Amino acid sequence: MSEDVQAHIRTYRKVGGALAVLTVVTVLVSYLPFGVPLAVTVALIIAATKGSLVVSFFMHLIEERRAIYATLLLTAFFFIVLLFIPLLGHADKLGEYYTVPNANAPVAESGAH
Amino acid sequence: MDIPYIVEERADTGLNNVKLGIWLFLASEASYVLLRLMAVEWPLGVDVLNVPLGAVNTAVLIGSSVTMVMAYASLKMDSLDRYKWWMSWTIGLALLFMVIKGFEYNHEFDIGNFPWTSTYLAIYFTMTGLHALHIIGGVIVNSYFLGPGAKMWETNKAQFTNRVEAAGLYWHFVDLVWIFLFPVLYLL
Repeated sequence: MSEDVQAHIRTYRKVGGALAVLTVVTVLVSYLPFGVPLAVTVALIIAATKGSLVVSFFMHLIEERRAIYATLLLTAFFFIVLLFIPLLGHADKLGEYYTVPNANAPVAESGAH
Repeated sequence: MDIPYIVEERADTGLNNVKLGIWLFLASEASYVLLRLMAVEWPLGVDVLNVPLGAVNTAVLIGSSVTMVMAYASLKMDSLDRYKWWMSWTIGLALLFMVIKGFEYNHEFDIGNFPWTSTYLAIYFTMTGLHALHIIGGVIVNSYFLGPGAKMWETNKAQFTNRVEAAGLYWHFVDLVWIFLFPVLYLL
């Protein structure tokens, strides 16, 4: 048990070091003259790598039970569903003409009191 | 009535309820949506925010994740003293993160940058503000487990260790969110 925990502690230290190095890399890469799409892609790849290290080792997801993976898959599915709701709402209105009320428009004077 | 499966594992999931519960909560938290690529107008983060301070804060939060997992490992090693040492560091680093964030916010307000100034700043303050609320929540929970909550160690070591593990999962998740917020808001 104790040796097992010691092995985990060695891993935690290595992961901590890797995260620190990747943070420096993130900042350095941001100074390279990339266009927006490439810059976003590179930054998110590094962030995803760091995130994977945290989730896998600090949160022990790499050695977790199937029920946790199933929970996260279900979340990912509903996350995508949530993203599609406004798109479907938009598709439902295609071809229809409608205006959105302008909150900044001056209030019209009405003659009646 | 006692809550079942606090320490022992359920036969169907192979997990205790504490671990399944905290993962369900974290999964529900994963709802941050960023539309950077589709934005018509978006400033370069480095022109608005202080990148060195943001980078230092990233290192501080990663450091607190390391100390948190060391606190948990200390309990696994049956050492409450080591646990308290590492948990104190975790809370201290979290407070340092908040102090640095406070300086950043103060500077933004000084130069007239408010949530209503632009869409970018609205997203910046909303995301980092929500993240800061999560930090405060984590500090409150971790402080409880450092102080009065640690008394459970004398009566039920396994349950206390589980509680700290759950608090740790939450804390690492807060770190995880920041790992994405930092490049997206500060560097792109």
